[in-house]
Amino acid sequence: MAFWRRKAHIEKERHVKANAREYNDKFSYADNHIKTSKYNIFTFLPINLFEQFQRVANAYFLVLLILQVIPAISSLSWFTTIVPLVLVLVITAVKDATDDYFRHKSDRQVNNRQSQVLIRGSLQNEKWMNVRVGDIIKLENNQFVAADILLLCSSEPYGLCYIETAELDGETNLKVRQALTVTSDLGDVSKLNDFDGEVICEPPNNKLDKFTGTLFWRDNKYALDNEKMLLRGCVLRNTEWCFGMVIFAGLQTKLMQNCGRTMFKRTSIDKLMNTLVLWIFGFLICMGVVLAIGNTIWESWIGRNFQVFLPWDASQDSAVFSGFLTFWSYIIILNTVVPISLYVSVEVLRLGHSYFINWDRRMYYSPMNTAAEARTTTLNEELGQVEFIFSDKTGTLTQNIMVFSKCSINGQPYGDVYDEFDQKVEITEKTACVDFSFNPLCDRRFKFYDGSLVEAIKLEDAAVHEFFRLLALCHTVMPEEKSEGHLVYQAQSPDEGALVTAARNFGFVFWARTPETITLYEMGHPVTYQLLAILDFNNVRKRMSVIVKNPQGQIKLYSKGADTIIFERLDPSSEDLVFTTSEHLSEFAGEGLRTLALAYKDLDEDYFEVWMKKLLFVSTLIENREDQLAVLYEEIEQDLKLLGATAIEDKLQEGVPETIACLNLADIKIWVLTGDKLETAMNIGYSCNMLRDDMNEVFVISGHTLLEVQQQLRSAKEHILGLSRVSSAGSVEKTDTFADDSVFEETIIAEYALVINGHSLAHALEAQLKHVLLDVACLCKTVICCRVTPMQKAQVVELVKTQKRAVTLAIGDGANDVSMIKTAHIGVGISGQEGMQAVLASDYSFAQFRYLQRLLLVHGRWSYFRMCNFLCYFFYKNFAFTLVHFWYGFFCGFSAQTVYDQWFITLFNIVYTSLPVLAMGLFDQDVNDQNSLRYPSLYKPGQQNLLFNKRQFFLCTLQGLGTSFLLFFIPYGAFSVMVKEDGSQFSDQQAFAVTIATSLVIVVSVQIGLDTHYWTAVNHLFIWGSVTVYFAILFAMQSDGIFGIFPSNFQFIGAARNCLSEKSVWLVILLTTVVCMVPGLAVSFLRVDLFPTLTDKVRHLQQCRKRQGPQEQNLRRVRRTSSRRSAYAFSHQQGYGELITSGKNMRMSSVSAAPSAGKSPHSSNWIENMLKRKNEVSCISDENMEASKGNKAIQTPDQHTV
Amino acid sequence: MIAAMMASSYNAKEEDGHHSGSSSHGGAGAVKSKKPDNTAFKQQRLPAWQPILTAGTVLPAFFVIGLIFIPIGIGLYVTSNNIKEFEVDYTGVDINSPCYSCAKNFSWNSTQSCVCSVNFTLEQPFESNVFMYYGLSNFYQNHRRYVKSRDDSQLNGDLSALMNPSKECEPYRTNDGLPIAPCGAIANSLFNDTLDLYYVDSNSTKTPIPLAKKGIAWWTDKHVKFRNPSGNTNLTVTFQGTTKPVNWRKPVYELDPSEADNNGFINEDFIVWMRTAALPTFRKLYRIIQKKSGTTPTLPSGRYILDITYNYPVLSFDGRKRMILSTISWMGGKNPFLGIAYITVGSICFFLGVVLLIIHHKYDTRNNSADIPN
Repeated sequence: MAFWRRKAHIEKERHVKANAREYNDKFSYADNHIKTSKYNIFTFLPINLFEQFQRVANAYFLVLLILQVIPAISSLSWFTTIVPLVLVLVITAVKDATDDYFRHKSDRQVNNRQSQVLIRGSLQNEKWMNVRVGDIIKLENNQFVAADILLLCSSEPYGLCYIETAELDGETNLKVRQALTVTSDLGDVSKLNDFDGEVICEPPNNKLDKFTGTLFWRDNKYALDNEKMLLRGCVLRNTEWCFGMVIFAGLQTKLMQNCGRTMFKRTSIDKLMNTLVLWIFGFLICMGVVLAIGNTIWESWIGRNFQVFLPWDASQDSAVFSGFLTFWSYIIILNTVVPISLYVSVEVLRLGHSYFINWDRRMYYSPMNTAAEARTTTLNEELGQVEFIFSDKTGTLTQNIMVFSKCSINGQPYGDVYDEFDQKVEITEKTACVDFSFNPLCDRRFKFYDGSLVEAIKLEDAAVHEFFRLLALCHTVMPEEKSEGHLVYQAQSPDEGALVTAARNFGFVFWARTPETITLYEMGHPVTYQLLAILDFNNVRKRMSVIVKNPQGQIKLYSKGADTIIFERLDPSSEDLVFTTSEHLSEFAGEGLRTLALAYKDLDEDYFEVWMKKLLFVSTLIENREDQLAVLYEEIEQDLKLLGATAIEDKLQEGVPETIACLNLADIKIWVLTGDKLETAMNIGYSCNMLRDDMNEVFVISGHTLLEVQQQLRSAKEHILGLSRVSSAGSVEKTDTFADDSVFEETIIAEYALVINGHSLAHALEAQLKHVLLDVACLCKTVICCRVTPMQKAQVVELVKTQKRAVTLAIGDGANDVSMIKTAHIGVGISGQEGMQAVLASDYSFAQFRYLQRLLLVHGRWSYFRMCNFLCYFFYKNFAFTLVHFWYGFFCGFSAQTVYDQWFITLFNIVYTSLPVLAMGLFDQDVNDQNSLRYPSLYKPGQQNLLFNKRQFFLCTLQGLGTSFLLFFIPYGAFSVMVKEDGSQFSDQQAFAVTIATSLVIVVSVQIGLDTHYWTAVNHLFIWGSVTVYFAILFAMQSDGIFGIFPSNFQFIGAARNCLSEKSVWLVILLTTVVCMVPGLAVSFLRVDLFPTLTDKVRHLQQCRKRQGPQEQNLRRVRRTSSRRSAYAFSHQQGYGELITSGKNMRMSSVSAAPSAGKSPHSSNWIENMLKRKNEVSCISDENMEASKGNKAIQTPDQHTV
Repeated sequence: MIAAMMASSYNAKEEDGHHSGSSSHGGAGAVKSKKPDNTAFKQQRLPAWQPILTAGTVLPAFFVIGLIFIPIGIGLYVTSNNIKEFEVDYTGVDINSPCYSCAKNFSWNSTQSCVCSVNFTLEQPFESNVFMYYGLSNFYQNHRRYVKSRDDSQLNGDLSALMNPSKECEPYRTNDGLPIAPCGAIANSLFNDTLDLYYVDSNSTKTPIPLAKKGIAWWTDKHVKFRNPSGNTNLTVTFQGTTKPVNWRKPVYELDPSEADNNGFINEDFIVWMRTAALPTFRKLYRIIQKKSGTTPTLPSGRYILDITYNYPVLSFDGRKRMILSTISWMGGKNPFLGIAYITVGSICFFLGVVLLIIHHKYDTRNNSADIPN
């Protein structure tokens, strides 16, 4: 839109001065008015038409139209083309106009939002669109940020403010932004009014995570980075107010700069269709050439002599020139083989299919009030051809909700429910859960089923009490009292939240914390512990500990961590306990639970004093501080006493294993690409039934160098191929050179799985290894890639997409899935808890992974089936219709005389035959939805592209060709000597035209009837209606009245009446219809009878069982046998014990007590530390997101659903 | 391509829509349920008839088609065979043919028309009405430039079109500055041989056979499509200012000197000619020989003489001219094609039915769900 503007001025550097509109106006920066609409009332027609004629099809018909007005070659009247063309243009224009209207509306709504702007010393309400660069605006809690602004000050200490960036990157957790220290005390209007700093910064760009600039103020320079910017689209949270200075506005904001046109995805059928249209075009030219040559020959042999009665035109002086003109004439006549209505009809069908997806109640998720949504309307049939699914894990396969499900305390397991015969009872919705009413502070959503644990609590079992005390103390959760007695925990990771909530319900309520204390309600009594140290979690330590002093003065160290790590540090006295506990751990892990071991230690006061001094010393060190701290931590975390273990269920979404099993049956390969760690990913793999213990081998690729990875991949491949083809040892080498291993894939019976780590994947994706990777991966049943970056996700998808030429589908819910969603042929977004980013980038969205099954196996399959049938029929119909002219050419001196009435040519595609085929394309079902799900193998024809491919195209055009041949030659045979019943002549052109046209309409109607599998009332209406309408229009157009008005346009007056009143004409029509139908009918009967496809069988079965009730799907979830795997599966990267002990993240009120002197040097620079740490990784944007996730904001899922 | 328009890249309402739930103004009223309606249409559960091809439906269909078609075919064939038809080619290609000299010496400029006589014998008497056709072969009445070379407005009596014929009529639009009525190549090439039929009885007397020249055109053509300009009281006046087609000897208002109301555009011979044939070989109705009252056949068997006023040249483009006498039946004229076609198709269908039945019984592999893999 603004390319002339861009040309005029290329911005190299941006100068913005606060409170100086005149100064800033010099640069003519974009204002905050946004415009996403394309047209206004006056520009709509020219621009829209210009756009429409850029499409090949429309341009093609425009050219035809121009040809038709040249009298020498016009074989058809102009209206035969212009009527359909105008119809197509109008339909498209109306749709474009509606779209644009809604864009206008939403633009207007956004532009008219209110914001408070500081103008001439006072705050005034202004519309967003009037906000200008350099203005200082005030934002309040929960408000959208109106433009990209530089944070100046806020209500929070240190100029901090919290934002939610869900609109930008999809993450719902809070992020911290901090103003420059010099501006953070500008907190009132008069000071701000005097602020006259000038910002010099980068020009507008679309990098969301980068900003470089400098603030010049009071002769000082201050560096600005992204940490001081609030971007448009963010929402201010947990911050009463803040002031900021607008740097980028409107279309120049980073949000809008990111809204480039998304790349269009086209389906393979689309591409095939374009190829076929080109072929048809070539065929058309061939026919034109053949007929033109025929014309040249005819004119020189016969036409030259026939000049007695039909002299050549003055312009036409030779037979060759006549042939040349005839070529164009025939191009015009035969143009209907490239059907103009094809593209429009296809779009209509896809739109309809999209609506059916939106309307499907079985993909509606009531807890979140989310219906499935087809966000792009152009990909539906591709859903029926998916071969590879790439799935994210967290939030897609799992709910991202952790539930405390089992534990082992002092060698005693809890969590299973047994009936009176000591049989383990499956826990279902109906199982009675434990009554926590003894505890008024309990979280009502927490569910636990084993009553014996509560008994143990009530019996004051010391170990049990210590166990839950540990859970209540050893964590970094923040409590928040929303209302009286209503506690909400804000946990850094869902695991921790689950553990603390469990402790809360079992009577050890974590109530409050200050930097030095933790207050618990232990069985109803408040107990305050002195918090002496937090030995924080990190990836190397894989554990965290706290050191507390209880009211009795005892100092205790509580520790929780990965079992292997904890077991290494245990006191020898725990040996027996370790044995039983690890047995329980195996059991838990076997059920796919995430496990943690808990241990404690009593500390000697003197020992602790000494240790604490060392800690304080080390924490002020500049160099090597981290390493030194680790050594110190290691020193004190020794000789622990084991308490027990917890097992947390990473709750899978409903129906995930069943869905995966079902999709596997449909030959769809599912690859899990996750940012999680290897252990977590494998855990989930096992609980989703993607990994099983009865698999022959699970290959884990985790090499750190190219060579290692190559080695591992090679040996995996050799292993697989070696087992399956013992005979040919040499073939292993060979297969490396052949990219296509499909032969081998077929022969592999054994089941393998491949698990590959992110850093190995980076090597494996390099050019020399990617083929091996792909080969191995395709030989395996299951592929799990863990620790992958968003970029790698996209690369993996790209690899499969380009190398396997298979249709890929990516499904995910988070911002880190966006690249993969955009890369895959089809992107599906789970509208889950992680914001909207994935959904916004996706083509389809719904709330639950399990709906994928219905989307693919039902909607996708139907769409593909319908689209293929539609296309087959469409090409058949147009060939049958058009090629009659070709045959006629041989009998009319190749003169491009049409067989039909011109009106018939005009209306055939758009009126007489459009609706039945549309109805078939919209409503047809070969197999109903229940059976589609019940027999997933029905999906396979789509993957193999069986229903519409070049062969099918040839068959249906051949059928069309045959039909046109019969349509012409049967009446030809009959008409050569035919007279009417009253003896008058009858073998005239118009009678011939009416007979063939009527036969054609009846033949194609019968054909669509045979092709329709599912006759709804609409189909009946359209099919019978079309035939009726044909006759109605036929008689109307050939009536006396209309002839009286336009004698030269309706020359067929009376032809229908005279023709259709003849018995012999009806005999010809009947004969033609039967002869056209019988071969096809016999062939399809034989095919169904002798070589029934699965579809045919299911249809037959469905027919037989029609009166029985709907079939329930009986896919059992297969319980796998247990095996020992355990993981410390915290999903975060870096703990923030530091943040807690510094107290900086607590509201001023809650940390009013002055921090102790000993800790202040440690704490004052935590923000710098954080930012430093962040800068280390910020070179890769994706990691930056993750880092910031781990950094600050504390937000539990339950908070933003409130 | 339209997809380009459908995928909107950025939508401000999404920015807004997501927010409303959590912002300050979010708590307004109950959230509207987005649950789709439970209608048969939206859930794609419309009641439907789901026909499938089974032996039970397809095989009987084949037999029924066979059983219906064969009798129809036989009926058609017998009817067609009962129709009497006689055809004589009078083009004069052969040197022995009576019209050879006429055909040879044809010239557009000759004022004298050439007459030739063809003798023929009808072996069988023709009962009821007999129709007399002229047939032309290799005559491309269906050529595009020929077909469009007419002005239907003019033929429908439109006065302005009469004086200013359509451009489609070129090069037969005007002659010497005057508009041609009727214009165009079709009218210009009007068939103008005159055929007269005589019965030669046993004592060699020539009895002319009365030939009705009315009722040979379609009713709609005669009464709707073709009309003389502004009534037809005095055609000479009406057509003043126009000129006759180049090839014509007489102007359009003098086509039929014997009957006044068979002149102008509504002359039936002219109308018949103007209805262009679909194929290069065609026949057009020329005259009707009405059935005489009583039991005498319309055309008794015996010798006949056909007198031809040879005006129409076809030899130059290898054309042929024929005279055909034919009776008709309920299905029109003699048409063996339909009968044979019906018998053939019927037999094939029946045969196909038998073959399919055998195949079905021998190789039927479908036994319900037993082999459906789950």
